[in-house]
Amino acid sequence: MRNPLLSLALIASLWGVSASAFEIEDRQWVGPENARALSVISTTDFDILAPLMESFLRNRPGVAVDYVVASSSELMKAIADEGQAFDVALSSAMDLQTKLANDGFTRPHQSSATALIPDWGEWRNHVFAFSQEPASIVVSATALTEAEMPRTRQALITLLREQPDRFRGRIGTYDVSVSGLGYLFATQDARTSETYWRLMELMGGLDLQLYCCSGAMIEQVADGEIFVAYNVLGSYARARADLADRIVVIDPEDYTHLMMRSAILLNDAAQPELAEAFVDHLITAAWSNPPAPEYPFRHPLGAPGPSESARRPIQLGPGLLVYQDREKRKRFLGEWVSALRQE
Amino acid sequence: MTRRAHVSGSIRRRLLLQLLGSAALLAAILFVTVLGFVRDVAEESHDSILFASATSIMDSVAVNAGEVSVDLPYAALSMLGNVSDDRVFYRVSRAGEVLTGYSDLPAGEATVRAGQPVFETLDYKGETIRMVTSSRRLSLNGAPTDIEVSVAQTQNGQAAILARLSRSALYLGIGFFVLSSALAIWSAQSSVRPLKSLAQAVSRRGPKDLRPVSRPVPSEMAPLVSSLNTFIDRLGVSLTRSEDFIAEAAHRVRTPLATVRTQAEITLRRVEKEENRGSLREMIRAIDETSRASGQLLDHAMVSFRTDSLERADIDLAELARELVERLRPVADLKDIDLHFDSSGTPRMSGDAILIQNAVRNILDNAIKYSPPERQVHIRVAGDGAQARVSIEDEAGGFGTTDTHALTERFVRGENTQGVVGSGLGLTIAREVAEAHGGTLTIETSKSGAGACVTLCFPSH
Repeated sequence: MRNPLLSLALIASLWGVSASAFEIEDRQWVGPENARALSVISTTDFDILAPLMESFLRNRPGVAVDYVVASSSELMKAIADEGQAFDVALSSAMDLQTKLANDGFTRPHQSSATALIPDWGEWRNHVFAFSQEPASIVVSATALTEAEMPRTRQALITLLREQPDRFRGRIGTYDVSVSGLGYLFATQDARTSETYWRLMELMGGLDLQLYCCSGAMIEQVADGEIFVAYNVLGSYARARADLADRIVVIDPEDYTHLMMRSAILLNDAAQPELAEAFVDHLITAAWSNPPAPEYPFRHPLGAPGPSESARRPIQLGPGLLVYQDREKRKRFLGEWVSALRQE
Repeated sequence: MTRRAHVSGSIRRRLLLQLLGSAALLAAILFVTVLGFVRDVAEESHDSILFASATSIMDSVAVNAGEVSVDLPYAALSMLGNVSDDRVFYRVSRAGEVLTGYSDLPAGEATVRAGQPVFETLDYKGETIRMVTSSRRLSLNGAPTDIEVSVAQTQNGQAAILARLSRSALYLGIGFFVLSSALAIWSAQSSVRPLKSLAQAVSRRGPKDLRPVSRPVPSEMAPLVSSLNTFIDRLGVSLTRSEDFIAEAAHRVRTPLATVRTQAEITLRRVEKEENRGSLREMIRAIDETSRASGQLLDHAMVSFRTDSLERADIDLAELARELVERLRPVADLKDIDLHFDSSGTPRMSGDAILIQNAVRNILDNAIKYSPPERQVHIRVAGDGAQARVSIEDEAGGFGTTDTHALTERFVRGENTQGVVGSGLGLTIAREVAEAHGGTLTIETSKSGAGACVTLCFPSH
């Protein structure tokens, strides 16, 4: 995914083709060579979780982590379709994690660490959340005045309607057909409010730019290539201290979806005990109060973020399987594409 | 005859065991029933949620532009997540062709008709699932086509709920058993209580008490009590008969004895030979003794009869005692014995004057009879409103080491009675009279130590 920009036509054609092997974005080895390796497949950038992995390995000589980064849909493909052997899968796409757990690719786990997680943070001892992150709007601090900052979706719609020429080609969002997280955010948006479709129709008429990942969108906004990025991971944007003066991260006040990054233990694990220890380590780092110093995200129960009434945490559970239904997905993508093409 | 009853089992224990057994049985039945009920309810509610889910999926099936489309509602699956954290599977198919969902979901055995959902328990992906399949007929391009929707869920959560409910049912059963056991113990205790209290009442009775049992008893015990009463009655009749017989015999012996004594005395006067006179004197002495014994037997029979149906009248004990003393003074004078009478207070009481007289006379008689000549006998009567008391103190040497209580038994005589005519019934009569009036007879050594002091004590009312 070196090229974050994909045209609409390309998406449609790509979707029908099933690649023979899943696509790896990055692969890192932490720890000594020739060590007993825990293989992790993850959608999270290596740099973000590296400190947690190092603290995990600190007291475990002779253990290494083989960390493979892939997009959430590639992760799904690797495990569900290709049967690739990994010990642990970390993903931000809650629906895909839930589907893997529901369809029997995972094994249950219970420990003193899992007891730290509140009920809503885990699903049947198979899916364990270890972060809670908002779907935010990232805006260029230079291109927009303070008064123009869209605090709600309605404000964004008004802004785009009033000055279409200014924003043409300068707005971006996830390509939902490629990004599992983008798809999760889009489906939850569509489920929550009709505003989402109006926004998509409007953006579709303004030469909407589509991206694979939050990181790329944040950088483009910081560079001034685009002015507004919709449904970006707020946690990533806030983590970029180097860009802090060039971007503004907004958690919409009408509603902000909160995604939970989660871990699952896979059935065909080569290192089942190591996998459990690693997941326990992640959970302990995340849910202890206060969280471990190397924990990269905001505390899942921490207050700052979207105001209480606007918070829409996405619930783990079988409901997430609905948009993973073949027919439902086809229908949703169809509607999404037609919304973008409307004008 | 042994007084120990031959014991075989215990009514209370048998009752208790039976009640505990029934309680355990009922508790077990309760447990099984509640468990079955809970299981049914849990399964029914699970089934109804599965059916609601299938129905909402079915509602989203529509024909669009000549094609069957399914728009899975979010709630269809999320509602199952609200019940338990279980795996969810579903399938929508048209005439055997899978439209969407889990195509490898097993097909049920039963054929599904429109409007009649089929519930089945099957195995899928290594787990037990509960599946509902419902069917509906749609019109596709003018031709009817059957749509089948299946929704299934694993049963781990269900099993957890059932385990929890089973535990509750178990606690319910145990609680029921404990409560019933407590009640069983209580009821076993209380059902033998009348039996116990009857036994106590009968064993508390005095030796002479042969009244029938009149206390109310439960109907089950009525036969026992009525046989007991019949038995007491027979015993009473037989006792009375034997006493009557003794009295009759004594009476019949007395008159001929008087004749024999008179003849013996006449003969004594005529006989001059000292040897023969001694024999005759011995004869007269023996006759005296026999006649006194039969007299006391008669007295005793009279006392027994009168005490059985005691007639009470107001008596001045001092007056009664004084009369007796005056009557016996000539007898005392023969032996130069002084009788000192002394009364204080108001020794009034209610009782049978003849019986009281008899009792006092027997004691006074003894005192005179056993005293050596020229001794003193003190008769003291006292009353304080609550008690009337008469004590007779002699200087006859006392009863020595003989058990003073045994002296009041029939035919028991003191150690110093050799050579004195007596039957051993006097003190027995006095004690029986005292007890018939609710009083007591006490025998002590006198204060001076020279003799005995016998006290009759009666309650004033």
